[in-house]
Amino acid sequence: MRLKYVLSEVLVGLWRNVTMTIAMIITMAVSLTMLGASGLMYLQVDAMKDAYYKDIEVSIFLTAGVTEQQRTELQTALEGDPLVRQVKYESKQEAYERFQKLFADSPDLVKAVQADKLPESFRINLVNPEQYEQILNNYKDREGIDDIIDQRRLLEQIFSILGAIQNMALVSASIMAIAALLLVANTIQVAAYSKRREVAVMKLVGASNWFIQAPFVLEAVVAGMLGAIIGFGALVLGKIFLLDGSLRDLTDLLTPIEWSTVLLMFPFMAGVGGLVSAVTAWVTLRFYLRV
Amino acid sequence: MIQLEQVTKTYPKASRPSLDSVSVSIEKGEFVFFIGPSGSGKSTIIKLLLHEVTPNKGRVMVNQKDVTSMRSWKIPNFRRSIGCVFQDFRLLPNRTAYENVAFALEVIGKTKAVARRVVPEVLELVGLGGKEHRYPHELSGGEQQRVAVARAFVNRPLILLADEPTGNLDPDTSIEIMRLLDRINRTGTTVVMVTHDSNIVNQMRRRVIEIESGRIVRDQARGVYG
Repeated sequence: MRLKYVLSEVLVGLWRNVTMTIAMIITMAVSLTMLGASGLMYLQVDAMKDAYYKDIEVSIFLTAGVTEQQRTELQTALEGDPLVRQVKYESKQEAYERFQKLFADSPDLVKAVQADKLPESFRINLVNPEQYEQILNNYKDREGIDDIIDQRRLLEQIFSILGAIQNMALVSASIMAIAALLLVANTIQVAAYSKRREVAVMKLVGASNWFIQAPFVLEAVVAGMLGAIIGFGALVLGKIFLLDGSLRDLTDLLTPIEWSTVLLMFPFMAGVGGLVSAVTAWVTLRFYLRV
Repeated sequence: MIQLEQVTKTYPKASRPSLDSVSVSIEKGEFVFFIGPSGSGKSTIIKLLLHEVTPNKGRVMVNQKDVTSMRSWKIPNFRRSIGCVFQDFRLLPNRTAYENVAFALEVIGKTKAVARRVVPEVLELVGLGGKEHRYPHELSGGEQQRVAVARAFVNRPLILLADEPTGNLDPDTSIEIMRLLDRINRTGTTVVMVTHDSNIVNQMRRRVIEIESGRIVRDQARGVYG
């Protein structure tokens, strides 16, 4: 019976102040969507780093006039280097074949380049991709080396863009969260005020504190959960219409976001939404329903 | 049943204490009037006994429990042993007489079945048999106060506190309410009543404790308003 009482109080409370409830749910939803999106972004960047860094290469391009001896010495040095995990030599011919495959769509370009114009190179994998600088310093002054290029540099630019988007999402999530918190606090105050007579009687006859506070706290939690559900819906729509829709090409270039990852955001958002609302409501009540 | 030991209470920003080293002992089953002019500190006693305020100095004992040092989570349970009636009735306007009394039972965890058994009984006791389903605005002031008394008494408290319960009632109705409180007192309930209604005090001839400027100036066994 007490559970029934508490639940009916929650519904009545949410309905009595329905415009405020809606405002609270919307802000909560937007904030949680931002939070979910930045959570997804975070997992995504991690997954991409794992996928790309594994086969990232440092390319050491050799000069056109490199001698047989220089090449052999360099290969021996690289193979004996503790920083290097794997060395692969790419001859001019191999480079040309790769070039042909890479630019198969533009035959004019392929025709314009002669096989021996492409430089031969060593493709090396590092034990630790972070140690690129050392490789660069160790080898850049050697005879016969034209250029050393780290693919990681290119990726890092992409990651820093993704990181910036993620930060922006987090910042707007926090700002919306503040608005949501204030709305929760305000809604709870209004609810507590409109039930002040009941609360006074309850305190007088010795109703326990949790029994007095539970309907208000649950009211906030229900709103937080509804916000999380709506926010999750927005993420799902975003996945369907943006990532799998208009941004399809970009998504394929980066690693695609799995449905399981999107699904993972729901307990996260619901947890944050529910917990934050509950704590805010409870703290508000501490001030407005003194025993 | 109730002991105040050297109790001093000064409200924040007040120039002088509302109660100044007050010591009182009230036995089980007594009927006690606290009288005195407005602002003399008599209502503060009710608030102290309910743990709505805490004293700055001294100790408040109710039913062998030290209210002063009581942990806040124990207060709700403690209040269940005290019934309380006020000048302004404090009924819920959107609930009937029956529902008002039942509400007090339900919020402390009693089942609806218990309420169905006990509430009509106590409404009968306070003389409201047949008016269970009236709303407060459909009842006279005296009848509303009877509902409030029923609510305070339904839980069979050890102590009934009454803060100017006749303050809003005409003299005849006041006497009826007093008869009711007297009847409740005869069941063994300790009654503490704060009032400045001299007629009533003079008619009842019960223990009178007079307070002036926060100090007890008189404590008389079968007193009058004076």
